[in-house]
Amino acid sequence: MDNAKNNRQLVVSVSPHIKSEETTARIMWSVSAALLPAAAMGAYFFGPRAVLTMFISIFVSVLTEYLYQKGMKKKNTIQDGSAFLTGLLLGLNLPASVPFYIPVVGAVVSVLITKMIFGGLGYNIFNPALVGRAFLLISFPKLMTIWTTPTAAFVKVDAITTATPLGILKEEGLQKLLDTFGGSFNYYMQMLSGNRAGSIGETSAIALLAGAAFLFYKRYISWHIPFSFLGSAALMAWVFGGKGALFTGDPLVHLLSGGMLIGAFFMATDYVTSPAVKKGQILFGAGCGFLTMLIRLKGGYPEGVMFAILIMNCLTPMIDRGFRTEVFGTRREAKG
Amino acid sequence: MAAHQGSNWDLIKNGIIAENTIFKLAISLCPAIAVTNNLRNGFLMGVAVLFVQTMVNITISLLKNFIHPKIRIPIFMLVISGWVTITDMSMAAFAPDAYKQMGLYIQLIVAFASILARAEVFASKNKFMPSMFDGIGMGLGFLFALVVISFFRELLGKGTLWGIPIVDAKPLLIMILPAGGFFAVGILMAAFNWIDARYLRKRAQ
Repeated sequence: MDNAKNNRQLVVSVSPHIKSEETTARIMWSVSAALLPAAAMGAYFFGPRAVLTMFISIFVSVLTEYLYQKGMKKKNTIQDGSAFLTGLLLGLNLPASVPFYIPVVGAVVSVLITKMIFGGLGYNIFNPALVGRAFLLISFPKLMTIWTTPTAAFVKVDAITTATPLGILKEEGLQKLLDTFGGSFNYYMQMLSGNRAGSIGETSAIALLAGAAFLFYKRYISWHIPFSFLGSAALMAWVFGGKGALFTGDPLVHLLSGGMLIGAFFMATDYVTSPAVKKGQILFGAGCGFLTMLIRLKGGYPEGVMFAILIMNCLTPMIDRGFRTEVFGTRREAKG
Repeated sequence: MAAHQGSNWDLIKNGIIAENTIFKLAISLCPAIAVTNNLRNGFLMGVAVLFVQTMVNITISLLKNFIHPKIRIPIFMLVISGWVTITDMSMAAFAPDAYKQMGLYIQLIVAFASILARAEVFASKNKFMPSMFDGIGMGLGFLFALVVISFFRELLGKGTLWGIPIVDAKPLLIMILPAGGFFAVGILMAAFNWIDARYLRKRAQ
């Protein structure tokens, strides 16, 4: 005993010895910060109602996590920001015109059923915000697909109901879509700025790309998932998206519309529900892109990002197993 | 399992609580999700299973001395399918509306793990009376589970019970779809086991 005490200065703890300053909380709050431009653009285009929807969604998410942990006598983890991020992502993925009980129901399903029941952060199989949204879309199909035109900065009070670009594309085709926006150049510009109908946070491509650039800079996300996601979706759109002949589709229309960007950069890249191995991440992203385009082009819904990511989420454990990295020193001798 | 010791009431309680087909053993979940989007279908399905389970147990326990052990499973299947056919045809004759919606699932009772399992582990080793009460217990447990599940799914998903409007609010459409069935079964299973564990703990004290 004495001996051990005297030798204490020589005791070395087990590895790792160099610790990064990154913590779960830091990453979660950074991702939330990266979503701020998109949230701000949503607030600008869709007005106070959008702000309130996002606020309710965040508030109920955090409250649900707090109450669950209180009730179950577990350690409180709301400071790690994951409930905040879930609430924010859910709010950004709702139309601005929904009644206020919708974000409440969605946030409870997201946090309680998808995350806490499975054991909390790190144990959930599915992306919480997406399950919440899927639950809402299936439960309230009418309310969840009433899209309003952007009312431009708190000016107009009455919003006008309209179809999303993908809705028009699905119902009336590409030509009609471009006519509505006055030519393809105007269309791209509107998509970039976000002046179009859609969910609160998914419309502004510029804001989302700025947030994504921040995450790339901080190395919180790697290129593997988003780029394979967008790449395979673009390939599918180019090959099968055209009318009649193959290889005549317009990939940009598909990449900029709907929830493609927010899905690829912010939701498919969720650490918990995506593969940990790089090769697996590429397969995961490619699968997301493929399924998204399959649903958009051939499915019943105009938008498929949400279902695509959820389907790939449940394949994640298998992908991880399939691309397991070799443990150093365990490789078998090649047969000679 | 050796020959059963204990009262008939214990057998019924065992079927409803300790070995509840849906909530404890988690078998025969297919009908628990497929037919439980309204209370009437859930109830009728439960009654059909209660009837088949009881009759199969009685038949097997009466025939057990004549069945050669090596071919017992095919014989059990024959007995089960015989009783299922009787149920199927009676239902088609007396409740044609409900039969139209759930006919396929009535026929699928043939393949229920719970019924074959009880014939194998209980009825083929026990006398007439315990076998009958075991069948009634297991059947009641299944009926109970289906009624509870379909009660909540119809109430939340349509705002009605047995077709009668109860609440006048926006229903959660997902609850009457298959996805909602999984939610309902999972949450109710957790609740059932939670209550049961509390009860057992209280009794142990």
